[in-house]
Amino acid sequence: MTQYVAPGSAGSVVSYESRYGHFIGGEYLSPAKGQYFADPTPVTGQDFTEIARGTSEDIDRAVEAAAGAFGAWSKTSATERSTLLNSIADRVEANIEKLAVAESWENGKPVREALAADLPLAVDHWRYFAAAIRAQEGGISEIDSDTVAYHFHEPLGVVGQIIPWNFPILMATWKLAPALAAGNTVVLKPAEQTPASIHVLLSLIADLIPAGVVNVVNGFGAEAGKPLAAHPRVAKVAFTGETTTGRLIMQYASENIHPVTLELGGKSPNIFFDDVATHRDDFYDKALEGFTMFALNQGEVCTCPSRALIQAGIYEEFVPDVIKRTEALVQGHPLDTETQVGAQASNDQYEKILSYLDIGQQEGAKVLIGGERAEMAGELSGGYYIKPTIFEGDNKMRIFQEEIFGPVVSVTKFDDYDDAVKTANDTLYGLGAAVWSRNINTAYRAGRDIQAGRVWTNCYHVYPAHAAFGGYKQSGIGRENHKMMLDHYQQTKNMLVSYSDQPQGLF
Amino acid sequence: MQRVDVTTSAADMLHRLTGMHGPLMFHQSGGCCDGSSPMCYPAGDFHIGSSDVHLGDLTVPGVDEPVSVWMSAAQFEYWKHTHLTIDVVPGRGAGFSLEAPEGVRFLIRSRLLTDAEYAALAAS
Repeated sequence: MTQYVAPGSAGSVVSYESRYGHFIGGEYLSPAKGQYFADPTPVTGQDFTEIARGTSEDIDRAVEAAAGAFGAWSKTSATERSTLLNSIADRVEANIEKLAVAESWENGKPVREALAADLPLAVDHWRYFAAAIRAQEGGISEIDSDTVAYHFHEPLGVVGQIIPWNFPILMATWKLAPALAAGNTVVLKPAEQTPASIHVLLSLIADLIPAGVVNVVNGFGAEAGKPLAAHPRVAKVAFTGETTTGRLIMQYASENIHPVTLELGGKSPNIFFDDVATHRDDFYDKALEGFTMFALNQGEVCTCPSRALIQAGIYEEFVPDVIKRTEALVQGHPLDTETQVGAQASNDQYEKILSYLDIGQQEGAKVLIGGERAEMAGELSGGYYIKPTIFEGDNKMRIFQEEIFGPVVSVTKFDDYDDAVKTANDTLYGLGAAVWSRNINTAYRAGRDIQAGRVWTNCYHVYPAHAAFGGYKQSGIGRENHKMMLDHYQQTKNMLVSYSDQPQGLF
Repeated sequence: MQRVDVTTSAADMLHRLTGMHGPLMFHQSGGCCDGSSPMCYPAGDFHIGSSDVHLGDLTVPGVDEPVSVWMSAAQFEYWKHTHLTIDVVPGRGAGFSLEAPEGVRFLIRSRLLTDAEYAALAAS
């Protein structure tokens, strides 16, 4: 067991600047209006740095810098861009501890998770797109013996990216790597809850990146996000967040006739068929772990398995087993490597989860475990901790329909296959889902019948690069984490060439 | 009765935001991250469409224009049995909602409608 020293104390592996401006054109600039806001750690509730409060003037400067850098950057070879991405990957890999502690302190997530998942996945993601862009090919179509259609991939220009707060570095990487690989320049706005982690990352990689290719403007959505999303010189906007803002971004994009990609969350069903429990073996243990994944990252995951559908034949034995498994989760100081469940990312998130614990009980759902705030001692007493919670209820309840974004799972039972699929699809969303069965035919059929972009089959919460991630229904548009994301950051140039000397004969 | 209400502290914040931004509106969000939060915009900034339901208008002391509250019809299907109260808590906020720079976040508090309330609202 190790507990990392808190940033700001002697001996910490990471230290923050006392304040961060905007990173524009390869250097740090003060905000045009001179304002900053405090950034608190959810671990203790104490402020630890100050962040520039960006406005439209700052966005304009960043777009200008990105537009200025685009000409040269878009003409670089795929090899050159690939080399840059690989260099970034090497730097991140060499500094995993530092970045993991920084992210844990700012977001509240257990450092154990950042060390084992967030940062290694980020490293791999840079390398994946470094490889994907080298391997990408255009197309040649022979129209007739003298006429050829060439199809080139060309970058879009300046792209705007709005990053969520649940995986500050990994989500930024998911968006930056394909955009840069494809030859775009970027203006990125981190979430106002977790802006500092990206600046720690920048402190490690800024010297590798040509000036203006990546620009970071901090600030609030209303003041910095909106002018970025609505900017006429931003060729495309990528956003991860919720549906109302997603609609607003589409609305702004429609005014400029610009494309968007959106990842807007879900209410992912985790389906356990009867045959899961035919043996008490490793597979059964894996299924119990798969259930308990609702508490990963304190439930602050777009694909949190927050609806567990359990077949009636095993319900009475499976539920006590998952309660026992949930009881065993270690909640504590996020910087302790033994901690599995840390703090919620912000006070408003914490309050929102509590409001759902309230409405869930009002609607008649039964609390099987948890259901309340976790009172922590000492320096953690000012932080935002919720006990992992299992509700038992009905799929029509609001706790089964809304993304609580906390360590809360709602459990219900189903009778047969059709009932399982009907309940799984009775949701507005379709981002993630999972099927657990020892029968491959059942698992396959369910996977195809569930309306979701990702159906984990006998696993959960794995996010390897090269497996497409994105939503059906109201969960969004686009597929990240796969080379097909390059298409979302490129446009097609067709050159239609005649190699004939003969006139067409029309005029 | 109304389907949606506002606490005194949230009304005070709306009064303050009206002074800064003019007439206001809410659209109730769903989904990831800050989903399930009521988003506050300058009135007309968010384009309401045929897929939205008007939940009601908030009367805010000292503010001339009522603050209209909307939600997508698909989401309303899952919410229609609950009464909503817009409250405000300290926080960072997110999305493009106007209150975040003030260090607060609007929050929905919910309670079940009684059968009589549900029938009355359905009839209206």
